[in-house]
Amino acid sequence: MQELLVISGKGGTGKTTVTAALAALAEDKVLADCDVDAADLHLLLRPEVESVNEFYGSKKAVINPKFCNLCGRCLEACRFDAVLQVVSEKADGKARSDRGSFYIDSLACEGCGVCALVCPTGAVTMEPNLAGYWYISETPYGSLVHAQLGLAEENSGKLVTKVRQEARRLGEENNARLIITDGPPGIGCPVISSLTGVTLALVVTEPTAAGRHDLERVVKLADHFHVPVSVCINKYDLAPEKSREIEAYCYETGLSVAGKIPYDIDVVRALVNGVPLTSCSRGAAAKAVQAMWDSLLVRLEKIGNQ
Amino acid sequence: MIVTVASGKGGTGKTTIVTNLALALAKKMPVQVLDCDVEEPNAHLFLKPEFQEEREVTLPVPEVDETKCTACGRCSEVCAFHALAVAGGRVLVFPEMCHGCGGCSLVCPAGAIREKPYRIGVVARGQAGNIDFVHGRIDIGMPMAPPVIRAVKKLSRREGLTLIDAPPGTSCPVVAAVKGSDFCLLVTEPTPFGLNDLRLAVGMVRELGVPCAVVINRSTLGDQRVERYCLREGIPILLKIPFDKEYAATYARGRCLVEDYPHWVPSFIGLWQEVERLVSQRARAAGN
Ligand code: SF4
Ligand code: SF4
Repeated sequence: MQELLVISGKGGTGKTTVTAALAALAEDKVLADCDVDAADLHLLLRPEVESVNEFYGSKKAVINPKFCNLCGRCLEACRFDAVLQVVSEKADGKARSDRGSFYIDSLACEGCGVCALVCPTGAVTMEPNLAGYWYISETPYGSLVHAQLGLAEENSGKLVTKVRQEARRLGEENNARLIITDGPPGIGCPVISSLTGVTLALVVTEPTAAGRHDLERVVKLADHFHVPVSVCINKYDLAPEKSREIEAYCYETGLSVAGKIPYDIDVVRALVNGVPLTSCSRGAAAKAVQAMWDSLLVRLEKIGNQ
Repeated sequence: MIVTVASGKGGTGKTTIVTNLALALAKKMPVQVLDCDVEEPNAHLFLKPEFQEEREVTLPVPEVDETKCTACGRCSEVCAFHALAVAGGRVLVFPEMCHGCGGCSLVCPAGAIREKPYRIGVVARGQAGNIDFVHGRIDIGMPMAPPVIRAVKKLSRREGLTLIDAPPGTSCPVVAAVKGSDFCLLVTEPTPFGLNDLRLAVGMVRELGVPCAVVINRSTLGDQRVERYCLREGIPILLKIPFDKEYAATYARGRCLVEDYPHWVPSFIGLWQEVERLVSQRARAAGN
């Protein structure tokens, strides 16, 4: 089974639009949405959720005030400023010198457990933390594994790994040939988790000053993990000279440009109606996506034969 | 005052708002821009600062003295991030997994662990006209954004206006950026994606207890759902920027709206005045 990952150095380049458009063209595939921070693919694929599953991230510290003897070792040892102390107030509103017991700011806690290690009374325990959910859904275009990380939660990397594992399992079950994955934006931990071991990364970029810069960074990241890259220039005709710069950069560095998609009002229409571009339009952008898909298939087959 | 500009997602025009606000206000007051989008910092492409200093950001990562280590494995047991493993009578350290918590050196019974600084990114500071500019960049392949964000925020001057360009999303790096701000501007687009991401972003700032308002970018593309949502939730919409191919071209060339279209300057000044008003209103409400 091969895996095609769609990413972009930055969000907003049209990554999800492209993924959905490819999803409507491809056969024998399972779909995965690894943008667990702000998953959007479901808005275009209209999944019917078949199973909802809890995701536990790293544990978080909890202090039981009953056992806390106010020694303050946890406060000293924590490097993430996650230990706070209850401030009791007098009637006049001024803080008093006798402060209350310690507690954890769960938004700052990284779950390292050092506070629990140093606490002499065993008042600190590490508790499992429900960090989000992952789902298996049916869509008109095939099965979809997607997820939503809880607000302000960490560990999106682990949730990405979970989504990919499930997509792989589902793919094997369905005898699928391909997994198409909508990746997270950026180059941080969720992207790293979605890159490792994929067959091909399609990097969607835009012809802007920032676009070229972001493309270079994400290409370096893919190189770092030995993942081959194809490039898609979205809305290339909005700034033809910038597009040519990106193409020149690709040519110099030996990257293949899989497709160039023109700016087309049909893309916005498809988005507002919540359907993949290629299932509702025969316009210029839809045609360009079709041509790109043909070239990606050739590339995937080549990689498969190596 | 610290104002963070965030959006559930990238590409909505966060950097556009930060850079245009900064340029529009820089003549009136001290302005500082902190680009905390450390995975893909872009604000410098528009403000073109001259960088004067660059500093490494490091985490304290363990180094094992093999002459003292007994391979007892205590360190790898306590490491919550699997950054240490004992294999073949030796301790292997995976520094890119380490959060620098200090747990391993704390528990090592042989005193074999020392901490040494490990580079995860850089913070650079410079001047763009009279704007004080700081940004952070994580090194490629480093998953640890929050410490770099915290390092950028340490350089906050706390006079006039400090504008923070937040990373996209709603998870730990954004929390690191938004925390401690007086106000948060959420930039979105009037599309179903925009609405979905805005909802998440609103949930996140509410969780952090930071007041917020919305800016709608490319306001002429899409539908009314974002506006209806804001109305229902009582979130003020402070500015709308219509979609215009010419604006897109300005952006593509790495230029700012207020440079090519000066009639936008009063709109951004007005945006700032509204934010100021909302913040002082809230302060008064809290004071009573
Ligand atoms: S805890 Fe100390 S002695 Fe034990 S394996 Fe780790 S470094 Fe070696
Ligand atoms: S400092 Fe903390 S995260 Fe790093 S290796 Fe030691 S225990 Fe693990």
